[in-house]
Amino acid sequence: MPSRVGRSPMPKQEPRERIRNFSEVALGYSEEDAIREASRCINCPKRPCVSGCPVEVDIPSFIGLIRDGRFAEAARKIKEKNSLPAICGRVCPQETQCEAQCTLGKKGEPVAIGALERFAADFERAHSGISLPGGLDTGGPHAGRSNMVGSCPGDGSGGLKVAVVGSGPAGLTCAADLAKMGYKVTIFESLHSAGGVLRYGIPEFRLPKAILEEEIAYVRALGVELRLNVLIGQTYSLDDLFRAGYKAIFLGTGAGLPHFLGIPGENLNGVYSANEFLTRANLMKAYLFPDYVTPIKVGRRVAVVGAGNVAMDAARVALRLGAEEVTIVYRRSRAEMPARREEVENAEEEGVRFALLTNPIRVLGDEKGWVTGLECIRMELGEPDESGRRRPVPIKGSEFIMGVDTMISAIGTDPNPLLPRLTPGLATGRHGNLVADPETGATSIPGVFAGGDIVTGSATVIAAMGAGKVAARGIDRYLRAGNAEK
Amino acid sequence: MYRIVRKEVLAPRIKSFLIEAPEIAAKAKPGHFVVVRLDEKGERIPLTIADYDAASGTIELVVQEVGRTTYQMGMLEAGQYIQDVVGPLGTPMHIEKVDCVVFVAGGLGVAPIYPKARRHYEIGSRVVSLIGAQNKDLLIMRDRMEKVSHEVRYSTDDGSFGHHGFVTELLKEMLDSGAKISEVVAVGPLVMMRAACRVTEPFGVKTIVSLNPIMVDGTGMCGSCRVTVGGETKFSCVDGPAFDGHKVDFGELIARQNRFLAEERLAMEHFTRGIAPEREECRCHQG
Repeated sequence: MPSRVGRSPMPKQEPRERIRNFSEVALGYSEEDAIREASRCINCPKRPCVSGCPVEVDIPSFIGLIRDGRFAEAARKIKEKNSLPAICGRVCPQETQCEAQCTLGKKGEPVAIGALERFAADFERAHSGISLPGGLDTGGPHAGRSNMVGSCPGDGSGGLKVAVVGSGPAGLTCAADLAKMGYKVTIFESLHSAGGVLRYGIPEFRLPKAILEEEIAYVRALGVELRLNVLIGQTYSLDDLFRAGYKAIFLGTGAGLPHFLGIPGENLNGVYSANEFLTRANLMKAYLFPDYVTPIKVGRRVAVVGAGNVAMDAARVALRLGAEEVTIVYRRSRAEMPARREEVENAEEEGVRFALLTNPIRVLGDEKGWVTGLECIRMELGEPDESGRRRPVPIKGSEFIMGVDTMISAIGTDPNPLLPRLTPGLATGRHGNLVADPETGATSIPGVFAGGDIVTGSATVIAAMGAGKVAARGIDRYLRAGNAEK
Repeated sequence: MYRIVRKEVLAPRIKSFLIEAPEIAAKAKPGHFVVVRLDEKGERIPLTIADYDAASGTIELVVQEVGRTTYQMGMLEAGQYIQDVVGPLGTPMHIEKVDCVVFVAGGLGVAPIYPKARRHYEIGSRVVSLIGAQNKDLLIMRDRMEKVSHEVRYSTDDGSFGHHGFVTELLKEMLDSGAKISEVVAVGPLVMMRAACRVTEPFGVKTIVSLNPIMVDGTGMCGSCRVTVGGETKFSCVDGPAFDGHKVDFGELIARQNRFLAEERLAMEHFTRGIAPEREECRCHQG
């Protein structure tokens, strides 16, 4: 019985080795690993894994193709639904999605769907070149456009124009789906390179930028135009875009507004938001300073406050930049940590320490304004709060000082406030998020759609992609209904 | 890529660049800035828009060579390109007609002040400009400032032109003499802006400063440019760069400006070695 075979482990760089480089930690399956792992799938009739995937990838079919050694076809099968498989194979929390539904998981370990997805995408990239729908190859940025199978409503000159704001996972997915339908899509990105959080947030060792480049190249090969250095809201308003002939607009501007703790001393030198720390390292490549000009300063002892994936990323970047001791400071216990288990394990293997049930109350500094320590108080878990997790309660008199020279605040982000602030009539919710119809992505302004973190607040890459997909369908329906004339 | 249409040396180490950026020029208002990245390995630095012209599609940036990136920018010539320019960024300054607005410019601060003074002049405010620099050579954009001011006074630290002393002393003189000032706009080095605010505070004259802290994205995402204003943390890039100077915690901001001092020195050394490799080859002491 194939199901008796254990799950193939993901080969990884040795911890001692990898904390000295920024190369990818997980090395990926070999062909043998992949076939062995794919053979574990029992092809159960209910296919519960598909329902666990926010973008509805036909998981059993692509796994079957891998089992048969038809790797490139497996990649094409994934791409029918997911335009960014090499990314999803790396950063999706499969353990709470597709793999959580896997029938094998009920009695043992589920099929390693994420690792297989990554394998198929990497194989395609390495061996057969990126393929376009309908078997068109990537002959150029607009190769095959006229042959595109799409049948969207046109204005005589081909497909209607749609603007996508933000080139993160939501924007890229929405743009790719609309392009496949035949629309002329332009993505507007405010930074100097595309990818959004995939570019500035997720470090090289978890998602190599070369992979991101390839996935973006694929989206452009579908005919999507990419405009960098354009901040919608400032460079162009939404009205400007409508006036320029865009018939619909998708907003995927993300949750980029960093939270700070609101404790004394947070503006001392040596305190970073995780966004600043990671943007310097990832987008600006400060780990290659001074060859790359952007500086980053990491001290000897670093406290990272928070225990989500971003906190793990920041802690692991700090280690690689030469910090001697990096501690995750978290006010709840291990069980409540929001990071993926895999990322917590990676961090632990690399020597990141965990100060759990510990809450910072003050950053201490010297007379020149530099951080010298972090005053914390120990916590215990009380009654469950509205999130269902047990509420952390301070233990009286348990204050202590942690000697650190750097503090990174990784306690979450809020939706980017800039565009709603600059766009009258765009309805927002309690946390500054855009209000959008979950079925269509429609916002309070006709023709303007939204999805991803800007609507939900900080969530996952795949959830944003799912929202991008929903909005692409919503936009198509809106334009088919004859709203383009408005 | 953004083409440099014209380059002008305004003073030793101070250069003006006219840059082709029609989208930005069409939207720019007094107080806006851009973020510039010179090339693939460059850092992102904020530069105030000193002038803009929607018709010709250009913006003007005035740069003083103080570090790695500004030195490199100073070496660029007309016809060459800057890799990335994004903007306009920030909240433009709210400008309405007043009886008398006094602009206090220190050094390079003239550049951000010019479009604001011009706007006030156009809408009929009385414009008094007090312009200070270390010496006469570093007094820039004089012709332009004189065209948009009803009165201009100069000061130099070394006495080579105008009042011998600090520009804030001119401001103090005006206030002491009982001049009716509706508002003061001070732009320049942090210590100068702080001094200007200290001068005006006892007189209760509204004083706006324009800050230029360290930024990365310039769109409100990293918090590098945070500053305490009236006890609250603000992001200069989106909430500013203009703030009520009497509420700004200048001490904190001055400390924050020094966050990367050591790295900035290192970057500069690395850069100088790169552009003058013969120094490394020097063998004069090797017999």
